[in-house]
Amino acid sequence: MMALLEVKDLKVRVEEREILHGLTLTVNEGEVHAIMGPNGSGKSTLSHVIAGKPGYEVTDGQILFKGEDLLEMAPEERAAKGVFLAFQYPVEIPGVATMTFLRTALNAQRKARGESEYSTPDFLKKVREVSKSLNIPQDMLKRGVNVGFSGGEKKRNEVLQMALFEPSLCILDEMDSGLDIDALRIAADGVNALRSPGRAMVVITHYQRLLNYIVPDFVHVMSRGRVVKSGGKELALELEASGYAQFEAA
Amino acid sequence: MNVAVAKTGGGRAVSDLFASAEGRLSGSPDVIAARREAFESYERLGLPHRRIEEWKYTDLRALVGEVLPLAAAPDAAALKRASDAVKAHAIEGARKLVLVDGVFAAELSDVKALASEVSLMTLREALQKDAGVLKTVSTDAVIALNAALATDGVVLSIADGAQLSAPVQIVHVATAASVSVFTRSQVKVGKGARATIIESFVAAGAKTYQVNDAVIIAVADDADVAHIRLMDDAPDAVNITSQFVTVGANTKLNFFNMTSGAAVSRLQGFITLAGEGSELSINGVNLLQKTEHGDTTLVVDHAVPNCVSREIFRAVIDDRAHSVFQGRIIVRPDAQKTDGKMMTRALLLSDEAEADNKPELEIFADDVSCGHGATAGALDDTLLFYLKARGLPEKQAQALLIQAFVGEAIEQIADDGLREHVIGMAERWLERRS
Repeated sequence: MMALLEVKDLKVRVEEREILHGLTLTVNEGEVHAIMGPNGSGKSTLSHVIAGKPGYEVTDGQILFKGEDLLEMAPEERAAKGVFLAFQYPVEIPGVATMTFLRTALNAQRKARGESEYSTPDFLKKVREVSKSLNIPQDMLKRGVNVGFSGGEKKRNEVLQMALFEPSLCILDEMDSGLDIDALRIAADGVNALRSPGRAMVVITHYQRLLNYIVPDFVHVMSRGRVVKSGGKELALELEASGYAQFEAA
Repeated sequence: MNVAVAKTGGGRAVSDLFASAEGRLSGSPDVIAARREAFESYERLGLPHRRIEEWKYTDLRALVGEVLPLAAAPDAAALKRASDAVKAHAIEGARKLVLVDGVFAAELSDVKALASEVSLMTLREALQKDAGVLKTVSTDAVIALNAALATDGVVLSIADGAQLSAPVQIVHVATAASVSVFTRSQVKVGKGARATIIESFVAAGAKTYQVNDAVIIAVADDADVAHIRLMDDAPDAVNITSQFVTVGANTKLNFFNMTSGAAVSRLQGFITLAGEGSELSINGVNLLQKTEHGDTTLVVDHAVPNCVSREIFRAVIDDRAHSVFQGRIIVRPDAQKTDGKMMTRALLLSDEAEADNKPELEIFADDVSCGHGATAGALDDTLLFYLKARGLPEKQAQALLIQAFVGEAIEQIADDGLREHVIGMAERWLERRS
C-alpha cells in the first residue's frame, strides 16, 4: 500500500503563535481517516496548510504527497496533483457562473497535468451525470458560485467538484457544520460514492455524528496541535461518550 | 509663473493651428463667426487644469501639455489602413459611418444601406447651412476648442416612429501620428423611434494622437435607444469626448461606455431628462493599466418629475494607472418623484493604482429617492485562494474575478451580440496585463 500523504513532525505558526507543535500523520491510498478534536486543536490549520492557504508559516517538519514535497508547491499545483480541500465555509463568488467556474477549474487542472481540455459537450455530460446523482438542479449551476445557496447546497457543490476533479486526496473540513440530517445524508452519500482503492480521505470533524455516515478506517484525536491518540472507528464512539476533556489536560 | 508659461505655450500652438486650419473650416458666415468666438473663448481659458473644479483630477496641462497640430485629410494609403482597422473592429450587422483622421470617409461607410432608414449629412454639409451644431447647452475650454476646430462628423436624423433594423456604428479611426483630430456629431431620434447607436474609437497604426470629440444627442418622446461607446484607442493616445444628451418623455435610454487604451482619456457627459416618465440607464467600465489616466465625468440633470436614472460604474486599475469617476445628479425643484441611483466601484490591482470617486447629489425637490455608493478595494484574497485551491493559476483566478467585477456593468447591455463584443474587449485587456 502506497503512502499518499505523509505529514512529519509538522510545526506551524500563525502570526507568531505556534498552532501545530509537531504533528505526524500518514494516510495510505484507499484509506479514510477521521481527525477529531475540540475547537482550537489545530484541525482546520492542518487542512489549510495541506491545501496551501497563505498566512501559515511552517517552521519545521514536512508534508509529502505521493513522495513529493507538497510545501514547495503553489495551491493550484497541489490541486492539479490531486489534493482537494472541501471548505468548511465555501465562498460565494458573485458574477462567476458555477458552470464556468467548474469548466475553467477542471481544464486548468488538466492543462497543468499535460492532458487535453474537455470539449464542451463532454464536460456538460459529465456535470449533468454527477449533479443528478447529488440532487443538484441544473439551474443552480447557472447561478454565481454558491450565491444564494443554502448551507446544504454549498456542501453538495463541494462534493460535486470532488466528483468532477477526481482528486486522489480529499480533505473534508467540518463538512457537517450547518447541515441538518437530510442535507448531511445527501452530502455523505456523495462522498461515499467516491470512495475507491486509489483515493484517500481525511474527514475533519468536531462531532461523531458525521462518522455514522462516512465510516472511517482510522480515527485520530487532535489536541493542542498534536495527534494525541489514534485508533479504529470505535475510538469515535468512545469520544462521543467521554468527550475531549481527558485529552485537554496538559 | 508656471501656469502662465503653460498657457502661453498651449495657446501659441493652437493659434498657429487655427490660422493654418481656417481654410479647412469652411461654413456659412455665422459658422465662421461662431468658430472664431469659440476659439477666442479657448484662448482665454487655455487647457483645463487642477484648479478648475470639474478638472481637478484630470489636469490636462500636466497630462497632455499642448494640443498637437491638426491632422491632414487622409490620403489613399491612410484610407486603406483605416479600412483594415474598421474590418478588425466591425460589429456584426452594424451599418458603419467612418471618420478617418477627422474626415468622413463615404467609401468606407454604409451610406446606401443607411439612407433608407435615416437622414444623413456630414458636419461639413450641415455647417454650410448654419452654426446650430456648434452650439451646446454648456461649454468649457475643450468643448470650445472642439467648436472652433471640428473638421467633420456625422449629422443623423432618425424619423418619428422609425424602427432601425440594424445598429448604426460611428467609427473614429486614427491613422496619423503626432496630430490632433476634432470631430463633432449630432444624432436626433424621433418620437417613438427605436435605435442602437455605437461609437467606436480605434487606431490604424497611429500611436500618439489626440482626439477631441463632441456628440449631441436629442431623443424625443416614447423612444427606445441603446447607445454604446467603445474606446479602444492606441496606448499613447489622448481622447477627450464631450456628450450632450437630452431625453424626452416616456423614453428609454440605455448607455454603456467602455474605456480601454489611451494614455489619457476623459468622457464627460451632460444628460438632461427633459420629459416625464423616462428611464435612463448609464453604465460603464474603465480598464486601465501602466500609467493610463481614465476619467468618466457625468452630470445627470433631472429637470422634470417622475424619471428614473441608474448609473453603474466599474473601474479596474492596474500598475500606476489612475481612474476618476465624478458623478453628479441634479434634481430640479419641480422634479418630484425622481428616482436616481448611482453606484461606482473601483478595483485596485496594484499598490500604486489610484482611484478617485466623487459622487455629488444636488437635490432641490423634497419628494425624491436618490442615493449613491462608492467603494474601492483590492481583490478578495479568500476568493482568490478558493479558486487557486481548485487549480486556477494566480493570473487566471484574478481574471475570473475581474470579469465578474466588470460583469455587473456589462450585463446592463441588453443586446447579446454587443454584450459579447464588450466582454471580448475586456478579455483582450486582461491578456495585455503584464
